[in-house]
Amino acid sequence: MIRKAAIEKHGTDPVFDPGRRNFLGSMAAAAGITLAPGVILYGIGKSSAASANAPTAAVTSDVRWGMLIDVNRCGEGCDDCVTACNTENGIRGHGRETTDAQWIRKLTISNPDNGTSKSLPVMCQHCADPPCVEVCPTGASFKRADGIVLVDKHSCIGCRYCMIACPYKARSFVHEALDNQKPHAPRGKGTVESCTMCVHRIDSDRQPACVEACSDTGGGAMLFGDLNNPASEISKRIAKFTTQQIRADLGLDPGVRYRNL
Amino acid sequence: MNRTTYSEIEGHSKSFYALAAVLALFVLCGFFCAYYMEHYGHYITGMSNQVVWGIPHVFAIFLIVAASGALNIASIGSVFGKRLYQPLGRFSGLLALALLVGGLVVLVLDLGRPDLLIVAMTHYNFSSVFAWNVFLYIGFMLVIAVYLWVQMERRMNRHVRAAARVAFIWRLVLTTGTGCIFGFIVAREAWHPLIMAPLFIAMSFAFGLAVYLLALLAACKGSNRDIGDVVVRRMGRLLAVQVTIVLGLTVIQHATNLLVSENVGVERFILLDGGNYTLLFWLGQVVTGSLVPMVLLFRLREPQDPNHTVSVASALVILGGFVQLYVLVIGGQAYPLNMFPGMEITSGFFDGVVAGYTPSLPEIGLALGGVALTGLIVLFGIKLLRFLPVSLANAAIDPHHVPHNGRV
Amino acid sequence: MGLRRLNLLLPVFFLLCMAGFTVGYAASEPGGKTTGVPVPVIPAGKGETCVEDIDFMRRNHMDLLKHQRDETVFNGVRTRRHSLKECVSCHVVAGPGNVPVSASSPKHFCRSCHDYAAVNVDCFQCHASRPETGALAELTDRDILSPAATAGTD
Repeated sequence: MIRKAAIEKHGTDPVFDPGRRNFLGSMAAAAGITLAPGVILYGIGKSSAASANAPTAAVTSDVRWGMLIDVNRCGEGCDDCVTACNTENGIRGHGRETTDAQWIRKLTISNPDNGTSKSLPVMCQHCADPPCVEVCPTGASFKRADGIVLVDKHSCIGCRYCMIACPYKARSFVHEALDNQKPHAPRGKGTVESCTMCVHRIDSDRQPACVEACSDTGGGAMLFGDLNNPASEISKRIAKFTTQQIRADLGLDPGVRYRNL
Repeated sequence: MNRTTYSEIEGHSKSFYALAAVLALFVLCGFFCAYYMEHYGHYITGMSNQVVWGIPHVFAIFLIVAASGALNIASIGSVFGKRLYQPLGRFSGLLALALLVGGLVVLVLDLGRPDLLIVAMTHYNFSSVFAWNVFLYIGFMLVIAVYLWVQMERRMNRHVRAAARVAFIWRLVLTTGTGCIFGFIVAREAWHPLIMAPLFIAMSFAFGLAVYLLALLAACKGSNRDIGDVVVRRMGRLLAVQVTIVLGLTVIQHATNLLVSENVGVERFILLDGGNYTLLFWLGQVVTGSLVPMVLLFRLREPQDPNHTVSVASALVILGGFVQLYVLVIGGQAYPLNMFPGMEITSGFFDGVVAGYTPSLPEIGLALGGVALTGLIVLFGIKLLRFLPVSLANAAIDPHHVPHNGRV
Repeated sequence: MGLRRLNLLLPVFFLLCMAGFTVGYAASEPGGKTTGVPVPVIPAGKGETCVEDIDFMRRNHMDLLKHQRDETVFNGVRTRRHSLKECVSCHVVAGPGNVPVSASSPKHFCRSCHDYAAVNVDCFQCHASRPETGALAELTDRDILSPAATAGTD
């Protein structure tokens, strides 16, 4: 019975090849009703590009996602962003500090000349010209059209050359078998991983978990937005204030910027 | 082209089987270690998120670098027309092939997902030096295979020179590529871009020749073949020169890095206060791996039988080579990234501190397995095919040779 | 002498092994009567129909998944119809205490068939093989179909 119904409904559907676009178009109406609640968040803190973020549309380079972190508002003992990241992406330690994964970490930098110190979060800086992507032999490290640097774990062979190449120590290698991963954040033994800027959230128009946590319970030091849109809050602030990039001398143009560093 | 006759080794003696058994045992052990590492994941190794490449990479890089160097003996004979070296060409090709296979096996079995190797063979990112190297390695094997074939097939002998030229150029590019794996990394201060390619080429000459000498002397001794002092002495002198070049480039490597003010820290670490790395650099690489063999080889005088001295010197050069790569590869990673120049950095992720690395048994087992595999390939190669000349005695390689004590 | 004999025996031994393997393989073919592997009970998913015809799915699910996977990873296309996440949440199988089983259980939807076909599936080295724990609360008993209740549906 079930089979018969399936044939009637989809039997002639070319399903996944050139007809995909048509099929996706016909699905769009249904998608509006059935999609995850996140979709309703359209427009919150977002640029006009947000409407391009429908699940059926491929990401484009019209947007470039980035972050601005105001170091003055980042609390010395606060690690809400780290906790939020770990919860969101299912990152759990194994009691082995040297091999446990860290996608985002709190750094304390102190000036030996005057003893002042500052605290800031560091994660994948989502470079416009990422060394990890350049060195990856299989193309598993890649930069999405909207500027997010990711690892395609289906083609990552675990050579770790990207970890050698990253000037920010932003990447971790999964040193053991994992279970109970989050459905939206696949991670597994033998592959390299790093901050995805919560790409699954961005694709349904939500903010990265760290940014959300920082504004909810932290100091509100992190701002997420579209660097390409001059009208976005992040672009306005970057235009107005002096901001820094970590290791700007390397010319990698990171998407994560800092203020008051 | 030459009148040299070659023969297989007999390969029926007890010591042959004993050696084969020991090597096979190490190879099996290596595969088991690799399986163990893949099964449990890399946390059982000494490698970490700080030191991501460890002992397997040191060994793999040594074997690959030595592979291209081992082929030089053949090149000297057929590219530069030195007749003395021509009978040595076949064995040189075999050794190069075996070293490359051994090195690549170690490299591949250390991957996080060796089961996805097919991806590495089908998806290439052409901006990656690593991807280029995959091509260079595969191509190198084909080039050696053809080179060996034209050497060993009499009707093809006339193409030896052409094949040798291709092989020589290919090996220079290959070692340059291996050096560039490190040279193109902007993030790590220990690896200075300009010096890496020439340094790796010089290292390949020295390490390859040292491995070749040791293997040749062992093979001749094991199969009771004469090897005259002329050829050993000549290659010993060549080794001395090449070790000197490596040492000279090492001086340039550190001296030029010292000129870049941001990199003074890492140089201080390697040369002065890096603990084990400093000790390994000075005692292992400079004294044991370079100065002692140089003294031994340059002081080699005419009447003295060179075999023993050259063997010892070669072994020291090999040892020094491993140490050099250890200091370069692992020391270069252990030194913390300089994310905020002039500032002191602390975090819960080992920022700003020198990373520790203690190799574990499985990764050492894997590395040794690769060396054993190289040995096994060479051993069965010379048993199955005619790689070794029947005699390398002075008179056999040079009919005009005048014995030292027989004045005419 | 002994070694020479060994040289002869080894290939014979090898051939015998190959022959044994071939016979064993043939015996385990679905048509073969001697098969000892029981045909699996494949638990049905929720709802009336699968996203495509069942015969089509049996042959082509991997292509659909692979296509979707590249679209999602590289282009951020997150339609639900052919996504692994949706397969996994629709085809939940209840374990003890009505908690969905993971791929470590042979009762898992994917495994029930893949074990039978002896095809290794490595999706779940990285991907979650059951819906997120938080989402479980939303599932009613009716949603989580136990294999016993669904045996014979098809």
